[in-house]
Amino acid sequence: MGRLDGKVAFITGAARGQGRSHALRMAQEGADIIGVDIAEQISTVPYAMATQEDLDETVRQVEALDRRIVARKVDVRDGEALRAAVDEGVAELGRLDIVAANAGIFSSGAAEELTEEQWGDMIEVNLSGVWRTCKVAIPHLRAAGGGSIIITSSTAGLNGFPNFAHYVSAKHGVVGLMRTLALELAPDMIRVNSVHPTSVDTDMIQNETMYELFAPDLEPQQRTREALGERFTTLNALPIPWVEAVDISNAVLFLASDEARYITGVTLPVDAGQTTK
Amino acid sequence: MAGRVEGKVAFVTGAARGQGRSHALRLAEEGADIIAVDLCDHIPNVGYPSATEDDLAETVRQVEALDRRIVARKADVRDRDAMKAVIDEGVAQFGKLDVVVANAGIVVIAAWDDTSVEIWDQTISTNLTGVWNTIQLTAPHLIAAGGGSMILTSSAAGIKGLPFISAYVAAKHGVVGLMRAYATELAEHSIRVNTLHPTGVNTPMADPSTMAAYGPLLEAHPRVAAMMTNLLPIEMTEPRDQSNAVLFLASDEARYVTSMEFTVDAGNTQY
Repeated sequence: MGRLDGKVAFITGAARGQGRSHALRMAQEGADIIGVDIAEQISTVPYAMATQEDLDETVRQVEALDRRIVARKVDVRDGEALRAAVDEGVAELGRLDIVAANAGIFSSGAAEELTEEQWGDMIEVNLSGVWRTCKVAIPHLRAAGGGSIIITSSTAGLNGFPNFAHYVSAKHGVVGLMRTLALELAPDMIRVNSVHPTSVDTDMIQNETMYELFAPDLEPQQRTREALGERFTTLNALPIPWVEAVDISNAVLFLASDEARYITGVTLPVDAGQTTK
Repeated sequence: MAGRVEGKVAFVTGAARGQGRSHALRLAEEGADIIAVDLCDHIPNVGYPSATEDDLAETVRQVEALDRRIVARKADVRDRDAMKAVIDEGVAQFGKLDVVVANAGIVVIAAWDDTSVEIWDQTISTNLTGVWNTIQLTAPHLIAAGGGSMILTSSAAGIKGLPFISAYVAAKHGVVGLMRAYATELAEHSIRVNTLHPTGVNTPMADPSTMAAYGPLLEAHPRVAAMMTNLLPIEMTEPRDQSNAVLFLASDEARYVTSMEFTVDAGNTQY
């Protein structure tokens, strides 16, 4: 018996990386999935974002697990499109129990050098997008008699980091949103928690921009995965460079399941001890 | 399907009943063998009935009914020699140790001015020093195993103050400091250390005698009585709710989760 048998989960940023991993991990445990992804580039994002092909691949892999999935190309900056996707998903799959507000972007720059556009995109996607995701999902969770919302924050939602003030601000912001929603939704037995990954081995960190940020002293050709791994390891307490997407998914799965039925308002770090340093 | 802690060995203190037994059973259901201790005796000033040797024997029976192995001994977490003997015996029998659940604890309800030196000492020695004994004595075995997971039972009262249990609040906050210190020092050995923070749990510790002691104090001090409120509309959690969190932290699903205060508190600390 799966740990999420009979439940339906709504996941943003589901085309690849952590979002796809969440979809697959939850599907393995019996959940049907409503998945959205922008599947397009945002101009201020310095790495290649997910594509429609990536989203199709998530669909293929969920269906290979014999679970159902409703996938739509939706930008979390578009509240109406988000609402339509969730409503359609619930109409087809019958209910909604779980929300994984995972969609997010990364870019970098010293605070005084960030452009209005960089700042605006970051807050719109990583903070306001999470609010919109919750907003359109809450009526369905309430209709189901309760549920679990898991917001993807970051170690940068608990600590400051130089050179991405907009990301740190957005990721701190979702903690405030999480705490408030936990208060507002508790009477409806809707739980709200955040997860705080350290670096995760996905395209968001394995790219030239991130390598330059973490190893500006190295020549571009020296900025290998191995060399960067050593830099990333210094951030963590446990002797590892980064975690795998499935490590975050296992935490999301636990919070989504009835095993966590009385856990709400928690900031759950999956950070190899980074925030304790 | 393999259990979520298949092949692991777990040491659980306070395992005769309540949360400790529940942890032992939940871990055993998912494939772990168990080393268990319990005081099985009364501590002065504790208002609720203490666990007995019969309770511990029942834990043994239930673990064995799950087809798992268990070494269970009567031992006081305050007694380092006795603790070391049990840990060494269990590890000798099962070959290793992967998971430590420092669960044993007591609570004595008393306003600040009724908290005697004896109440203070026995609470600190059981709930704080007992946890230190547990993890200091087991750490070498986890290092030898190449890593592991320690789960220290704190409380909502380890994050915020709660009224009329000042020694308990101090000890449970102390456990958080201990957790952070050990998480820091043991990270290089891939040992994870986290705390569990329950709200009220439906166990003998929440016996009517405990509530009878609390009632008049809370009535006399209604402003702080509200601090006991859970955010979710429930009175109490079940032991299994706590055990599910212990299981997650014990398993490889949480292999990169360390130095965390894990609340299973129905939002009590957020209220």
